[in-house]
Amino acid sequence: MSEVIHINPYLRLAGLEPLIVRPETNFVNVGERTNVTGSKKFARLIREDKYEEALSVARQQVESGAQVIDVNMDDALLDGIKAMTTFLNLVQAEPDIAKIPIMIDSSKFEIIEAGLKCVQGKCIVNSISMKEGEEKFIEQAFTCQRYGASVIVMAFDEQGQADTKERKIDICKRAYKILTQQVGYDPQDIIFDPNIFAVATGIEEHNNYAVDFIEATKEIKKLMPLTKVSGGVSNVSFSFRGNDHVREAIHSVFLYHAIKAGMDMGIVNAGQLVVYDEIEPGLREMCEDVLLNRNNDNNEATERLIVHAETVKAKGKVEVKDEKWRNDEVEKRLSHALVNGITDYIDADTEEARLKYPKPLDVIEGPLMDGMNIVGDLFGAGKMFLPQVVKSARVMKKAVAVLTPYIEQEKEERKQAHLSAGTTNEEAAGAAKILLATVKGDVHDIGKNIVGVVLGCNGYDIIDLGVMVATDKILDTAIKEKVDIIGLSGLITPSLDEMVHVAHEMKRRGMTLPLLIGGATTSRMHTAVKIAPQYNDGVVHVLDASRSVTVAGSLLSKEQKPDFLIGIKKEYDKLKEDFGNKRSSKAYLRFEEAQKNGAVMNWDNYTPVTPTFTGTKILENYALEEIAAYIDWQPFFIAWEMHGKFPQLLSDPVIGVEATKLYNDAKKLLQQVIDEKWLSAKGVVGFWPANKIAADTIDVKAHSNSPEKRGLVRLEFLRQQIKKAEGQPNLSLADFIKPGSKVFNDLSSPAEWGADHIGAFSVTISGIEQHIKNFESNHDDYNKIILQALADRLAEAFAELLHKKTRQEYWGYVKDEQLSNEALIKEEYQGIRPAPGYPACPDHTEKYKLFQLLGGEKATGIMLTESLAMYPAASVCGWYFANPESKYFGVGKISEDQLNDYAKRKGMGLEDARRWLRPILE
Amino acid sequence: MKKTIQQCLSERILIIDGAMGTMIQQHKLDEKDYRGERFKDWHTDVKGNNDLLSITRPQVIVDIHKEYLEAGADIIETNTFSSTSIAQADYDMQSLAYELNVASAKCARKAADEYTVKDPAKPRFVAGAIGPLNKTLSLSPDVNNPGYRAVTFDEVAAAYTEQIKGLVDGGVDILLIETIFDTLNAKAAIYAAKKYFREAALPELPIMISGTITDASGRTLSGQTLEAFYVSVMHAKPLSIGLNCALGATQMRPHIEELSQIAGCYTSAYPNAGLPNAFGEYDEQPQETAHIIEEWAKEGFVNIVGGCCGTTPDHIKHIAEQVKHFEPRQLPVIELELVEQ
Repeated sequence: MSEVIHINPYLRLAGLEPLIVRPETNFVNVGERTNVTGSKKFARLIREDKYEEALSVARQQVESGAQVIDVNMDDALLDGIKAMTTFLNLVQAEPDIAKIPIMIDSSKFEIIEAGLKCVQGKCIVNSISMKEGEEKFIEQAFTCQRYGASVIVMAFDEQGQADTKERKIDICKRAYKILTQQVGYDPQDIIFDPNIFAVATGIEEHNNYAVDFIEATKEIKKLMPLTKVSGGVSNVSFSFRGNDHVREAIHSVFLYHAIKAGMDMGIVNAGQLVVYDEIEPGLREMCEDVLLNRNNDNNEATERLIVHAETVKAKGKVEVKDEKWRNDEVEKRLSHALVNGITDYIDADTEEARLKYPKPLDVIEGPLMDGMNIVGDLFGAGKMFLPQVVKSARVMKKAVAVLTPYIEQEKEERKQAHLSAGTTNEEAAGAAKILLATVKGDVHDIGKNIVGVVLGCNGYDIIDLGVMVATDKILDTAIKEKVDIIGLSGLITPSLDEMVHVAHEMKRRGMTLPLLIGGATTSRMHTAVKIAPQYNDGVVHVLDASRSVTVAGSLLSKEQKPDFLIGIKKEYDKLKEDFGNKRSSKAYLRFEEAQKNGAVMNWDNYTPVTPTFTGTKILENYALEEIAAYIDWQPFFIAWEMHGKFPQLLSDPVIGVEATKLYNDAKKLLQQVIDEKWLSAKGVVGFWPANKIAADTIDVKAHSNSPEKRGLVRLEFLRQQIKKAEGQPNLSLADFIKPGSKVFNDLSSPAEWGADHIGAFSVTISGIEQHIKNFESNHDDYNKIILQALADRLAEAFAELLHKKTRQEYWGYVKDEQLSNEALIKEEYQGIRPAPGYPACPDHTEKYKLFQLLGGEKATGIMLTESLAMYPAASVCGWYFANPESKYFGVGKISEDQLNDYAKRKGMGLEDARRWLRPILE
Repeated sequence: MKKTIQQCLSERILIIDGAMGTMIQQHKLDEKDYRGERFKDWHTDVKGNNDLLSITRPQVIVDIHKEYLEAGADIIETNTFSSTSIAQADYDMQSLAYELNVASAKCARKAADEYTVKDPAKPRFVAGAIGPLNKTLSLSPDVNNPGYRAVTFDEVAAAYTEQIKGLVDGGVDILLIETIFDTLNAKAAIYAAKKYFREAALPELPIMISGTITDASGRTLSGQTLEAFYVSVMHAKPLSIGLNCALGATQMRPHIEELSQIAGCYTSAYPNAGLPNAFGEYDEQPQETAHIIEEWAKEGFVNIVGGCCGTTPDHIKHIAEQVKHFEPRQLPVIELELVEQ
């Protein structure tokens, strides 16, 4: 049992993050610039409906250190309720602003209430008072309490605003009693504003205003120690408006004394506070005289300050946006640059550090690794997101690039020294090494690259063998380089088998290092059921890049590794067992039954539409700009492990800001790709007469000009075999093609076949290699990965565009289709474009026929690997079905009887067929 | 005289029930069952509107409550997760919101009272479940217009007021604002409750508050940290603050630990039965869940425990069995003045 906890009566506020005002908090800065009565610029922006810019005012306050922002929309020309609501709703979509609490500021209570209805965090109401009597005060306090806000009570009663020390104290005491006894407010949620008025106005009665405030504060805090005291600081220097230099000095001096007296928070221009000690002493003393009303008979002190003020030209402030960190020592600068992903100064800073440290390697192991550790921690804690981490990695790589020549040179010198002394010695091993590879037959590597970057950021030495890496090369390299972990990646289903093979080989070779499995097609289940049983020394499925760090950490720690692996093994054994149980519980039809239960089509009432041409049509150098309009961005973000619906995720409270940055960077690069023609798009589309000749078999007449018995390509499809609910068909793509009364070869007249057609396409985006290389040599993984992901998106978009043209034009079966891009993504069109290897036709080997029909690899330059992945990776292919009943589905698992039949139909060896179809075998 | 919930909480860790939806699924009800006689001609499909069963198949709901009571639940939740005019609009049943709440509260009341009579030493309590709504006040559904909101605070508060009235009229002991992923929605519910009790001149029922942390960042969906969330709902002066849903017990542990350190009131936790597997099902076994929660009890993190999605009476039974040996978390000392550090 833990000991009893004590909860202290602190003022607690919250935005997205908490703000707890403890005694040691000293002073809370409330940003004042988002106030239409105090900032002309902000007022103009709101009046002109420029809310985007108005938000940047708020952001600037936060960046300058405001811990709360005051928002005020009291302007005669504004609809205050509407402006408050609009602005606060927008603030909620900006996590870097919304992280801090909001002070809702208005003299109209209905505007305050409108503001309270927009903010999820705990706000401060600024303000309520007894100027219209107790009853109204109580009612307003009850309302504020129901919304869960702390309240500022202004020292104002039926007689007016309190100016003397005594009136200030009396009103605050009275309000305190009402709030705590009648309304039930906690004392710590009450904040008093005992009114800061302008001094040095020339009117003698005003000279003591600052003193009255300071002394009243002291007394209020003594009488009611849990309450807080706040105030609008800039009021005090109102007489010096236009002279910011003097005003800032006055504010700073005023705060120095008021805080000592107990003032807890104040509304200030957070970006413009000067440090008390850094005010030039002469000016500081003049300010002190005026504020403390010393040496001020006949306004002498006031006069002195006014005269001085006129001699000091208000120095034009140069915008020094967030460059303060440049003044820090070099270690801090490096860490700042890493955490914030700033490359601007990294070369010079690294060079400076190199000169400071004894050895160049010390810079990497010292300040650079310290910075990357912070990045790693923030990422692990969910405070940084993947795109930011990749940017950090870019900074790191640039820094390392500066140091590398010196490290090499040093090594060389040492080697020479050893040689001449006759004492040869190998360099001691450094960080743990992780080998990454996309397995043989697969060309996809975006995910693997991200994992590499993230692990690299965490101090591991990454050996990336790239794509299409054969098992032997992976294992030979692992042994030669003495790596500590192997990580495999793959995106297409045949890669799963390849991974099983790698695991098998590792066991055979007697290796003992752990194996990580990742990539879009992999799963915990597959790893547990198929890969883990092949290898005893640790197989772990890693869901995403962020997980890879902790997994690698556990595997490389001598203490943690055994327990971790035992845990994983237990988990996987259980999964395997569950899988076994589940499997037996699912019912399958015999294959003949499944075939009999195909989709029932009303062929008698269906006349297929004939495409406008048969044979193929090649599209060269298709305009990227036109393609770009069809991009579905959601998968782009998924590649970056930012999950959520696009475009909503751009305004997501957690990842929205980073997602938007990434989106903007991607759009910028996309524009460059388009403008400078980095990539080229090529596609081919074709249509041919098609005739269903058996339940799952389609004959395609490849050469329309040769009516004889040649030129037939026979397509074989797979059929769902799981037992369906009553009335639900067991689908096969073949169901969507009309059967003829005779096969093509026996045709005597066109009327004897169904007059139906099938189509196919392939598209590719090529030319990426050179640009990837450029980014690599520039150590810019961030843009490299963006470019790869964009190429993938463009290929998909091109496929989408081509499908549309096919529907409306080439095949022309829905000439009048009107669909938005969103509807396209949701696949609300007629007809489908399934790809061989994907759920509706999971056999990759049918891709050979598709390519054959489309004119082979030379048509578009797409090559097929031995696993039937397409290279370039940014390629898409598929069949076209036009039938209005056609739809996407997954074949799911099939039984042995279908496998036998299928192998026979295709003329394939049974074992060969089993290998290709393993992922869907029951 | 039946013990109050506060008395019970000071004596032992209380058990709240498990998933209602999971149990309803096991009944394999079809569209006809959901409609019953009264809605047989209703113009929309209603299958899936689980809350409606409290009217059309009350015995199913009462029986599920009894299964949880039998398993040892001290607190059962009414079948009202979606019984607001806003959520019911999906079925065009917004006009039934009040009636749904009354009916569900009565189902739970009936079951709970039966068990209290059987064993008065273990009184059972009914918590009126107030869900998070399908529309949210802090997030815009339109990315091009981040300032847009699909619903207003006043609309949400009105819908909750109607729900609260129904729950109170149906006889619940506690209000449970749960599965909170947008704190502003929860604040509207608190606002509605405070206003309702004050205007109806009724004594306030205790309020339990339970938020939902959705991912590794440890934040709510609307972006708040756990402590910011707690600070933002403290004004409800809740009976308990806690977490439910989205995470399994393993993932919930660090958050419930944090909460136990900062909460001035009792703490509650009812996680899902693990994380969904590759097939979207929950397969953490009762003894596994119970084992993890047992450790929380041992550490003194919790006062109320139970289950959310995927949990069953068997989970609840195991949890109750495991935690009964442990003392409940002690309420913190609330200091009334600043103590010198």
